[in-house]
Amino acid sequence: MDDAAVIAALRARDERVFAELMRMYNASLLRVALIYVATRAVAEDVVQETWIGVLNGIDRFEGRSSLKTWIFRILTNIAKTRGQREGRTVPFSALERPGAVPEAAVDADRFLSPDHERWPGHWASKPEPWPEERLLAREARSVVERAIEELPPAQRAVISLRDIEGWSSEETRNALGVSETNQRVLLHRARSKVRQALEDYFVEAR
Amino acid sequence: MSTSIEQLSCQELVELVTDYLEGALPGAERASFEHHIEGCRGCHEYVRQMRQTIELTGSLTAADISPAAEAVLLAAFRDWNKNA
Repeated sequence: MDDAAVIAALRARDERVFAELMRMYNASLLRVALIYVATRAVAEDVVQETWIGVLNGIDRFEGRSSLKTWIFRILTNIAKTRGQREGRTVPFSALERPGAVPEAAVDADRFLSPDHERWPGHWASKPEPWPEERLLAREARSVVERAIEELPPAQRAVISLRDIEGWSSEETRNALGVSETNQRVLLHRARSKVRQALEDYFVEAR
Repeated sequence: MSTSIEQLSCQELVELVTDYLEGALPGAERASFEHHIEGCRGCHEYVRQMRQTIELTGSLTAADISPAAEAVLLAAFRDWNKNA
C-alpha cells in the first residue's frame, strides 16, 4: 500500500489499516521516544499520544513529507516536550553532536602504538575469523540483541531502524531529524560495539 | 607493506568502515581503503566481521506491538472515529 492509499484509508476511518500501521511502526516509535525520555513507561505514553496525534492530524496532512516522516515528527515533538518537562537535556547532544565525545571502534590496546617504528597503528592482535556454524546459531543472535539493548538510546535507535527495520539512511535521518554525518557516526558506533560483543562471545567460547 | 597501507593505519581504517560501507568515502580515500584491505589480513577480516554483524542484526525480527498497547490504541481509534 502506498502513502496515498494509506492516507485515504485512514481518512475513511479504516481500522484495519490503522492497526497495520501500528504494527509497522510502533516498536520503532518506542525506540526513538526512548532517546528523549527516561523510562519505557513514559515512552509508551508518548507513542500513544503520537497515534492520537496522527488520527487527529490526518485530515489536515498535506503530504509534503512521507507519511512515515510525518508520524515520526509528531513523535519527536511530543517526546521532546516530555523530555524537557522531565528536565532531560543531555540526550539531545547525542543526536546533535554525537562526535563530541570520542569513542574508538576498537580498543586502542589492540593496536601497536602510533609511534611504533615499523608498524605504527597496525594490529597487535588481529581479528580472527568467526566460526561459521556458531554465527548461525540462535545464541549469536541473542548476543546481538543484548548488545543493542545496552547501547545508548540514540545509537540503539539508529541501528534498529537501519539494520533491523532495514530503513534507508535518508528515512532514518528524517525520522530522527539528524544530519547525514551524525546518523553515520551513531550507526558506526552502534555497529562497532555489536561487532565487539560478537567477537568477545566467540573468543570466550573458543 | 606498500606505501598506501602505511598511509592508512589499521587503527584509522576501523574508524572508516561505516563510511566505506555507506559509500560515503571520497574516491581517493576509498581507493586507499580498498588497497589496504587487500593487503592486510587483519583489516580484511575486520571488514568481513562488520558485514557479518550487519547481516546478523538484520536477521533479528522487528519487535512487535504488545497486544495490550494495541487494544488501547484501537479503542482510541474507535473513539476518534465516533467523534470525527
